[in-house]
Amino acid sequence: MTESMDLAVVSWSKAQFALTAMYHWIFVPLTLGLAFIIAFMETLYVKTGDEEWKRITKFWMTLFGINFAIGVATGIILEFEFGTNWSNYSWFVGDIFGAPLAIEGIMAFFMETTFIAVMFFGWNKVSKKFHLLSTWLVAIGANLSALWILVANAWMQYPAGMQFNPDTARNEMVNFWDVLLSPVAVNKFLHTISQGFLLASAFVVGVSAWYLLKNRHKLLAKRSIIIASVFGLLSSIFVGLTGDGSAYQVSQKQPMKLAAMEGLYKGSEGVGLVMLGMPTPGKVYNDNKDPFIFKLEAPKLLSILGYHDKDAFVPGINDIIEGGYIYKNKNGEEAVALSAAQKIEKGKLAIQALGDYKAASDAKNKEMMVYHKKILDDNFEYFGYGYLKDASATIPSVPLVFYSFRVMVGIGLLFIVFFALVLYLVLEKDLEQKRWLLKASIFMVPMAYIASQAGWIVAEVGRQPWVIQDILPTVAAVSRIEAGAVQVTFFLFLIIFTTLLIAEMKIMFTQIKKGPKEEGGK
Amino acid sequence: MIDSTYILLQQYWWLIVSLLGALLVFLLFIQGGQTLIYTLGKDESERTVLVNALGRKWELTFTTLVTFGGAFFASFPLFYSTSFGGAYWVWMAILFCFIIQAVSYEFRTKPNNFLGRRTFEAFLYINGLLGTILLGTAVATFFTGSLFSVNKMNLTNIANPIISSWQTPWHGLEAALNLHNLSLGLAVFFLARILGLLYFMNHVNSNEIFVRAKKHLLYNTIPFLVFFLTFVIWLILRDGFAVNPANGQVFMEPFKYLHNLLAMPIVLAMFLIGVVLVLWGIGKSLVIYYTKGIWFTGLGTVLTVLALFLVAGYNNTAYYPSTFDLQSSLTIINSSSSKFTLTVMSIVSLLVPFVVAYIWYVWKSMNSKKIDAEEMKSEGHIY
Repeated sequence: MTESMDLAVVSWSKAQFALTAMYHWIFVPLTLGLAFIIAFMETLYVKTGDEEWKRITKFWMTLFGINFAIGVATGIILEFEFGTNWSNYSWFVGDIFGAPLAIEGIMAFFMETTFIAVMFFGWNKVSKKFHLLSTWLVAIGANLSALWILVANAWMQYPAGMQFNPDTARNEMVNFWDVLLSPVAVNKFLHTISQGFLLASAFVVGVSAWYLLKNRHKLLAKRSIIIASVFGLLSSIFVGLTGDGSAYQVSQKQPMKLAAMEGLYKGSEGVGLVMLGMPTPGKVYNDNKDPFIFKLEAPKLLSILGYHDKDAFVPGINDIIEGGYIYKNKNGEEAVALSAAQKIEKGKLAIQALGDYKAASDAKNKEMMVYHKKILDDNFEYFGYGYLKDASATIPSVPLVFYSFRVMVGIGLLFIVFFALVLYLVLEKDLEQKRWLLKASIFMVPMAYIASQAGWIVAEVGRQPWVIQDILPTVAAVSRIEAGAVQVTFFLFLIIFTTLLIAEMKIMFTQIKKGPKEEGGK
Repeated sequence: MIDSTYILLQQYWWLIVSLLGALLVFLLFIQGGQTLIYTLGKDESERTVLVNALGRKWELTFTTLVTFGGAFFASFPLFYSTSFGGAYWVWMAILFCFIIQAVSYEFRTKPNNFLGRRTFEAFLYINGLLGTILLGTAVATFFTGSLFSVNKMNLTNIANPIISSWQTPWHGLEAALNLHNLSLGLAVFFLARILGLLYFMNHVNSNEIFVRAKKHLLYNTIPFLVFFLTFVIWLILRDGFAVNPANGQVFMEPFKYLHNLLAMPIVLAMFLIGVVLVLWGIGKSLVIYYTKGIWFTGLGTVLTVLALFLVAGYNNTAYYPSTFDLQSSLTIINSSSSKFTLTVMSIVSLLVPFVVAYIWYVWKSMNSKKIDAEEMKSEGHIY
């Protein structure tokens, strides 16, 4: 086939993936954190024998169940979407990417689903201790599944432990531990689950604060707030630390994403961090517009955070496109950065070499196979650039990433103060009098969701155009289907997920209004 | 040149994927049961019991489906790439059937649930009806073939680097118009209903429901046998997609699937014992008062489906054939993951017995007492 592919299918496939992933991501963080909060509560019940703790546990469990169901509904599509909409990707890296997905199923999903049945229906069927164990296993299972899917995601951002095999025309795993324990994977996992803990804590504090404002279920509310604010405070601090770790990794491994997060076009030594700012709309990398309408900077902070050195050089978008600066390569050696044009050139060489290798292989010409394989290996690092049209295709949407990053970090930091304050006041038995803070607590629940989604945008929009960093762009990763077909499924997902979200929220609010039930009935 | 460890690993993973597929078909008793809620439950209280009997197990089926997909992806990624991306509409339809199922149990009776109880019940029905028929239809293409081509070297075509192409704009819908495929789809549907009925007869403590289930067992067994036998007879008589092990060339071989059964006596035995067990479980439940039919028919289902999968993939057979371009057909050799990945995954698969053990333990402790209307009043969490 020689005709060019329809680029609309790439856009619609991206839109559909973003839509389904973001919908799924509304529900997952609450599951990750609330599972542990419930487990803490039930542990207190089993330890003290206090029936009130059981009632509290069951109340939050009901909300957990509502959220969990829609999390499952929105989750199944993500696994299969790699096949349906990203079929080239599935072959090109399936040898590495499939494994974490399968392990997730075997190790985590069965644990979660088996013990969730005990958690909900086992109160009168199994012993107290076995029930408690099941609740903990649900929490562990949920977080284990997050581990595997985030390992898979981290691998896309920082491909490690693999080698390209020209005979099969795909990447193959050569070191499992490099995939599992890459610094990007470790940071991403810890940052993401602790963010889930934060969100769940905010949810529990918010709902409980509403009860205090309404003067209902006060014991439940206060006890829940104590647990959630401790958990929330620890988690929010940890989110900050792992966020710092993640940003450090991004600086090293995805400099373009970092530049987009900062709206940094022209790099220099000792770069400041933009605390507040407004990027100039319509700015492109090679025009003369000032990148910012205004900005407020903390001097040298970006160099310190990104490179742990106050005078470190941070490349901007233009530097990355033009090349020529000194950076540390994958082996930790100093090297001169190539320009985007050079990378595209090398990518095309690698792709051409793959074709030549195959031709030589068909002709059984050993000598030429070795020759072309060497060209391929030497240039493979930039394989994906060969599919890009020009340098501008390597830049993600700067305003979207820039604002999302600030929203995420700003709200994240606010939560440290918030949880500390709530915890202090609830321990001083002064929280009920601070009605403004109770009202603020309700307001903080949607804030946590916004920060969570913003984090996803930073990570996923920030890495565009790459499905696999430097190796495979979206344009070479999709399935060969009509754009119209993807458009139809996009709108089907939009309609069905939105409908289910409305149902979920109505049910959730109704259950919260109802509050915990008396023992025995529903 | 031939790496026998690699071949062994490929066969091992085909066995695992087949086993997951076989367990999935057994667990479709949930889907079958979902299509019988109004048939067997004459009032709200009976329906609540039936829904809850299924509701405590539905996630097991769902998880098995997801794990089946994940394991297939990890071990045979070219199938994932070719089939899912190509037969787009069929797989999307299946996914939608399962998306709507996942919320329905939890949301069905919750106050203020926006769509109403009946809608969520309809979702369960659609999942049971279309989910089973489409899954069966999709699996039947393992024997009948599809219209696609694969050229890995398309990667070197910068303007259009996609390696797998579906050769009809129907993108998988065409599979549902093939009578041979449809006969398996309908056989799976009626089998799921049979398993659902046997599960209710085993686990629901209600004489009325038991009697009705028994009556419907007969009504569903007849069409099941018709469609199943149609599929099997057609299968053993038809030409199959054989692979020449020396050069990997795919060619049509008369009676290929019959030959496979005869060449692999263990698989043949598995198939025959499986069918006998399926019929034994049904027959005994029809003739006497018997509640354990689910176990015989369930085990029989697993054996029969496992045997069919092995016939599709073993003994030099292309398990996902292309009728558009024979040489694009997928075999367990040309579509599998690397030896390294299969080895890693094989180590992980050692966990499976533990997983099965805890599922079994939990099932036993949760199902020790039959479910009835009384329990629905005292239980804290009901659907």
